Amino acid sequence: MGKKIMVVDPEKCTGCRNCELVCSVKHNGVSSPSLARIHIVKWDNPSPYIPMRCQHCEDAPCMAVCPREAIFRNEELDSVSINHDRCIGCKMCVSACPFGAMGWNPKRGRVFKCDLCHGEPQCVRFCDTKAVDYVETSRLGADRMREAAENYAELTRRYGR
Amino acid sequence: MALNRKIAYIDLGSQTIALEPVPMDWRRKYIGGRGLDAYLLFANTPGGCDPLGPDNVVIISAGLLGGMLASSGSRTHIAAKSPLTNLYGSASMGGFFAPEMRWAGIDHFVIRGKANRPVYIYVHDGEVEIRDADHVWGAGVYDTQAMIRKELGDEETQILCIGPAGENRVRYASVISGRKDAGARSGMGAVLGSKNLKAVACRGTMEIQISNPEEALEYNKEAIDQVIASKASQNMQRWGTNFMFGITNTTGLVRTRNFQYNQLPNSEELEAENLDQHSVGMDACFGCQVHCRHRYVIKEGAHAGAYSLGPDFTSLGAFGAEVGCRSMDTVLLGNHLVNDYGIDTLEIGSMIGWAMELYEKGIITDEDTHGLKLEWGNDAVVIELIKQVAFRKGLGNILAEGPLRAAEKFGPESLKHVIHVKGMSNSHTDERAAPALALSVAVSSRGSDHLRGMPAIDLYNLPLEVLDRIYRRPDGYNGPLTSNFGEYEGKPRMVMWQELCYMAVESLGICKYHTVFLSPNHPAFREFSRLVQLNTGLEFSEMDLWDCANRSYTVERLFNLREGMTRADDWLPDRYFDEPTRLGLPGVRGKCIDRDRFKAMLDEYYRLHEWDESGTPTPELLRRLDISKL
Repeated sequence: MGKKIMVVDPEKCTGCRNCELVCSVKHNGVSSPSLARIHIVKWDNPSPYIPMRCQHCEDAPCMAVCPREAIFRNEELDSVSINHDRCIGCKMCVSACPFGAMGWNPKRGRVFKCDLCHGEPQCVRFCDTKAVDYVETSRLGADRMREAAENYAELTRRYGR
Repeated sequence: MALNRKIAYIDLGSQTIALEPVPMDWRRKYIGGRGLDAYLLFANTPGGCDPLGPDNVVIISAGLLGGMLASSGSRTHIAAKSPLTNLYGSASMGGFFAPEMRWAGIDHFVIRGKANRPVYIYVHDGEVEIRDADHVWGAGVYDTQAMIRKELGDEETQILCIGPAGENRVRYASVISGRKDAGARSGMGAVLGSKNLKAVACRGTMEIQISNPEEALEYNKEAIDQVIASKASQNMQRWGTNFMFGITNTTGLVRTRNFQYNQLPNSEELEAENLDQHSVGMDACFGCQVHCRHRYVIKEGAHAGAYSLGPDFTSLGAFGAEVGCRSMDTVLLGNHLVNDYGIDTLEIGSMIGWAMELYEKGIITDEDTHGLKLEWGNDAVVIELIKQVAFRKGLGNILAEGPLRAAEKFGPESLKHVIHVKGMSNSHTDERAAPALALSVAVSSRGSDHLRGMPAIDLYNLPLEVLDRIYRRPDGYNGPLTSNFGEYEGKPRMVMWQELCYMAVESLGICKYHTVFLSPNHPAFREFSRLVQLNTGLEFSEMDLWDCANRSYTVERLFNLREGMTRADDWLPDRYFDEPTRLGLPGVRGKCIDRDRFKAMLDEYYRLHEWDESGTPTPELLRRLDISKL
């Protein structure tokens, strides 16, 4: 099977924040959006709601700035992962992340971020509209491509070639 | 954990705040949310108090599973003595306020007294403060929230507030959170206004411990899948409650022109599909996969560019069929205005429909309306009256008083045309062909309402096996049940069961669309019992939940009896009995409610509740429920 990546489609997001709830329960056993590794950014205007979380960057600023090489590329999941044994809690990664996706849990004295639930992201599982999705890279854009093609096909069906 | 959330007792007069734990005894007896609110309201208000005076108490609460894994633990409940009915006032709203309340450490606010100037309450991680609200007094609901968020410097703050209607003590003013989450029925906004309380703002980062996180997560997935597998939910995901308009209007179940008709012909523009061109996407309450609301922007006219959420079936009735209008633009604009002004969409639609019939019949004239032509289908007049009511201008100042007080002004002839129960106007549905639904409207503990005990699935004529599976649990009811919605027999049980089911979900803080309301296949007591156990560790059997709901419903009844309600108040307007429906499909056309059979249903309903023939709970029931002392 090919590698998978997390993608978001803000047009599909209803802003329910169920992803925040299940994420904090999965990782911390509590309901607490402040501990969730995904967050829905919402606006008090017609803009779409935007799911934000770790992008698992190829050239990750958090990894680059870490003085202890505690942040590394997980080849199996193609993700950016944290080795808490090496982490000294300096929080440089928190500052470096351009998306605000690295959190700090004062209770545990640890940074935290999306770990893809080790290949079964719960946010994706619980999102009925699939505004957040976890798809094989070979299938990226397949749905949108099909949707766009459908329009062409419909016109052809209706008016002929 | 979920059980360490506090009750915040706040006296706005003396500016004192006390935080108390929720005693375990209260949890076991009333669960939380609306259930515990019933007890708190009964215990904290003196009998006969002025609903708009300082002795009235307003309670704002989250349910036991608010913010937790419960398919949608989103609901906030608001209770106070109602300025509309002088009886039990109660309103429930979705959105994100209840979860944020709990993350901020509070399960119930019990607010009494009157501030000497406008204030709002702010809770942050267990800290409660009363803050100045002079600068937001007079602002609409949308601006109020934006200004408070800006002042607090935190976009994640969730705010419940009133608009101009609440400030002006319109007797059916709502409280609103976000753009449309409305605790609208029974005038809770006017109570906040009478206390000079503009808003309550919450922000919290306190964790809610889940008792058994792994299993709760899995079971929550099952519950969600159970909900979204139903056709009703799938229609809601696409069009919201508006999906019901086309089918109910065709059938002849839509209250039209103040109950003169049961269908608005040629109203295709009001059908749900026409919302697609206005919608910019769907919107959901906390955790909910049903996402039943549209997000839309007003395209043209004086309010062009305004962004709102909705509308619901009720707004299609209020600004459509009831007033004889056929314009989706009017519905969308009306819905936006009632949200921003903070008015109950249902009540104002009924008030306008009633005024239009009085005008049609010459009971009120241009003199009463200050020249406004109250003709059926006059879109501009509907919009104008919403504004007049919110700001108590012209005719609006009288209509703002609600049906019974306004009828006193217009004279006894006008009273005959009021479609109300206990002083609260009926929904924009017509129940003359459906006795079960009619009974639920008549006996509702907060005055006429479709969300208190309506067995909506009765309209599906479900097979008896399905009814048996639902309505005989959990107490082993062995009386009659009937499939046909035109029947009278067996229906009181369905109403009573729905009342306790809705009480249970509202005590848990779950939305009714996630239980047996529009689909027979949604979760009920069995599923709730498991959700409570996995989330909180508390063991409530199906029967325990049933008993708690019964206890809380009985306390609401006791409150109403204390405030002077009698059996005569559990009754319908004469039109239900005397004027047969004129339109609709066979089975619905030519129907009205039979008085004698309705009386027999009411007797049976009381008997099932273990209330005597006057509607008073029997001493044995009170003893068994351990509420004899109330």
